[in-house]
Amino acid sequence: MKRWLVAAVVLLLGRGRRRPLLRGRKRIVEPGFPDRRAETTAVALFLAAAICGAAFPVIYAVDAIPRPTQFLGLALALCFAFLAAACLVIARHLVVTEESEEEYGPPSHPEEQEKLEQLVEESGERLTRKRLLVVAGGAAGTALGVALVTPAASLGPLLDVRSLYRTPWRRGVALVDEVGRVFRADDVEEDTFYTAYPQHADREQMGAPLVVVRLKQAELHLPAERRGWAPEGIVAYSKICTHAGCAIALYRKPTFPAVEPRPALVCPCHYSTFDPGRAGKVLFGPAGRDLPQLPLQIAAGGELQAAGNFSGPVGPSWWGVRNHGARS
Amino acid sequence: MIRRLVRYLDERSGAAPFIGKALRYVFPDHWSFLLGEVALYSFVVLVMTGVYLTLFFEPSLQSVHYHGSYLPLDGREMSEAYRSAVDISFRVKAGLLIRQTHHWAADVFVAAIVLHLLRIFFTGAFRKPRDLTYLIGVTMLGLALLEGYLGYSMVDDLLSGMGLAIGYGVLMSIPFVGANLAQLVWGGPYPGKHEFESRMYAFHVLVLPIVIATLIALHLVLVAARHHTQFRRRRATERTVVGVPMLPGYAPRSLALAFAVAAVLFLLGGLVQINPIWEWGPYHVSQATNGAQPDWYLGWLIGALRLVPSFDLTIGNYTLVPNAFWGGAAFPTAVFGVLYLWPWLERKVTGDRAFHNLLDRPRDAPWRTAIGVAFFTWIFIVFVAGASDRLFILFGLSYSGQIWVYRVLVWVLPIVALFLTKRVCDALVRGESIERDRRAAEAEAVASA
Repeated sequence: MKRWLVAAVVLLLGRGRRRPLLRGRKRIVEPGFPDRRAETTAVALFLAAAICGAAFPVIYAVDAIPRPTQFLGLALALCFAFLAAACLVIARHLVVTEESEEEYGPPSHPEEQEKLEQLVEESGERLTRKRLLVVAGGAAGTALGVALVTPAASLGPLLDVRSLYRTPWRRGVALVDEVGRVFRADDVEEDTFYTAYPQHADREQMGAPLVVVRLKQAELHLPAERRGWAPEGIVAYSKICTHAGCAIALYRKPTFPAVEPRPALVCPCHYSTFDPGRAGKVLFGPAGRDLPQLPLQIAAGGELQAAGNFSGPVGPSWWGVRNHGARS
Repeated sequence: MIRRLVRYLDERSGAAPFIGKALRYVFPDHWSFLLGEVALYSFVVLVMTGVYLTLFFEPSLQSVHYHGSYLPLDGREMSEAYRSAVDISFRVKAGLLIRQTHHWAADVFVAAIVLHLLRIFFTGAFRKPRDLTYLIGVTMLGLALLEGYLGYSMVDDLLSGMGLAIGYGVLMSIPFVGANLAQLVWGGPYPGKHEFESRMYAFHVLVLPIVIATLIALHLVLVAARHHTQFRRRRATERTVVGVPMLPGYAPRSLALAFAVAAVLFLLGGLVQINPIWEWGPYHVSQATNGAQPDWYLGWLIGALRLVPSFDLTIGNYTLVPNAFWGGAAFPTAVFGVLYLWPWLERKVTGDRAFHNLLDRPRDAPWRTAIGVAFFTWIFIVFVAGASDRLFILFGLSYSGQIWVYRVLVWVLPIVALFLTKRVCDALVRGESIERDRRAAEAEAVASA
């Protein structure tokens, strides 16, 4: 033990054997003086980094240590921080920080440029119909390029966008909740909103989810042709915002009617706001299309059903969104 | 020992003259020159933590039921991608540290690039012969944004899905071809085919990192070939670069910076929570949450999407420009267009085609500085608009009121900033010339006395 300590002390403080200076040779690096205190500091910092680095596997292995993420991060970060400090001490005190100069080099090489030009010209000297060759070569290159990107068309239906109009809703499809229970008209209360899905259909498509609310007759101002779409004042709209396709997850039921006189459906992504009482009209925010409405009917047993498809295609707008209605 | 190593390398590569020169390569000294290095070292941390994460992440949308150590999600249906990301956070030892460090590194990476870009812009470092270097840099910024977006979209938590829905909506909104492109990329109507996840994964862990790394290499080669720029001072001229050589002075400094960057990133990764995906839950098309924010570097895009008033540009039954195009596509195209074209625009206007190795101080090019400040103010207001819902929660400022204010400010403040900056630059230059005159007069007085 004692011998180890002595060895460590000698290692830390002992005078290193000086290399004989090479006399008569022109120096590259400017000479500087040794700084033994800084050297000791650098050694201490390296040892501290070593301790922190060694702590990492210990923290990793010992399950009894609480908050492993924090301590692992701390160990690694401190290891890096001590290394950074050691490098800084070396940069500041243990190597020469000389200012040296260097030429930027010539901005350009006119002779070499000319030679390059000459080289290319002379290489093509035997060609007589250069333009024709360039056109033919260009045609080959373009055709090859098109051929090489063609397989990318397999990624998806590039030309067929008809499925964008399709939704799983049609007359008679029942509305179900998240666990698949059929909604009954009595389940739908005022002042709150429900998410509904088509029974027996894939829910992970933009045409599927609905937002359903019950409004008072005084709040309902549907256009004449949609008068029958809201039995008992229950209205259903696509839950997908017509702006950028997020789900409309907020229902602003006025708590202070003097300021906000009507209920509103709001998308939390860019706060497009729609009026459920007025056929999904945009009240505020960036959406450029009204929210598609789904006509409802109440079956003999009181279950809520679709009475047809949406008033228009669902989801974000595209070139042809106003060309067709929604398709089943 | 050193002699033997050098001889070994030189005899096999013949590179001794080159290495000798490279090791004496001169770095001009200024704190703002380190921003690019911070970006570089963040990228190294990103690659290293990223490789580790790929060993545990499963890029699959296969539906599974979660039965892991995080009980609030027990029994929930989710994709394998999300489950594996939650497992990395709770089950894989040190996984959360690596995941959070990776996320922090991405945020710092883009921040460093943006600050670096500001430095390059306002000091005129993009001028000939470094315009190509600059264009590569701007390209890397764009790729970094896309890389970050894909990174947090792959996880398939609720926020991932909301971001992807917006991405889909923006792609759909491109005039004429948007719907076709979106069907191609997603493999069908949103949320697309299962392969979409592997497509994101391939681009996030393979294609984009390789492209970015290649561009970094090219960027650095061009920097070294033309040497660093420098501010004007004693001995530093258009022909002579003055600074600290790589060895012995600069290498330990740069190494210190690299370690310091790693230290900060791991400190953040270990101590400061970021993107706690288990709280968001798995994504479903029918779900969204209020108050959601993307990573900071996409805040300007969400702001732009929010600011545009309600309209779709239509011709008859055709929707020429759907609304999301303006904020999601036109705005970033305009911003990157200005960044790409700026060196050429400035050359056109000033007629300055000379080589520039000396940097301008911002005040020395008052119009560039003024236009730059106006330009970045424009982006910054849009960025603030992206945080309007958070400002509503923090300060109770009406959301719709704020949006109306920003719709005005976004055009007014840049103009104010333009003229204010011009005046400040001019005043600074004038102040200096007055100071110079005063010194000269004082010296004259002393001499005559």
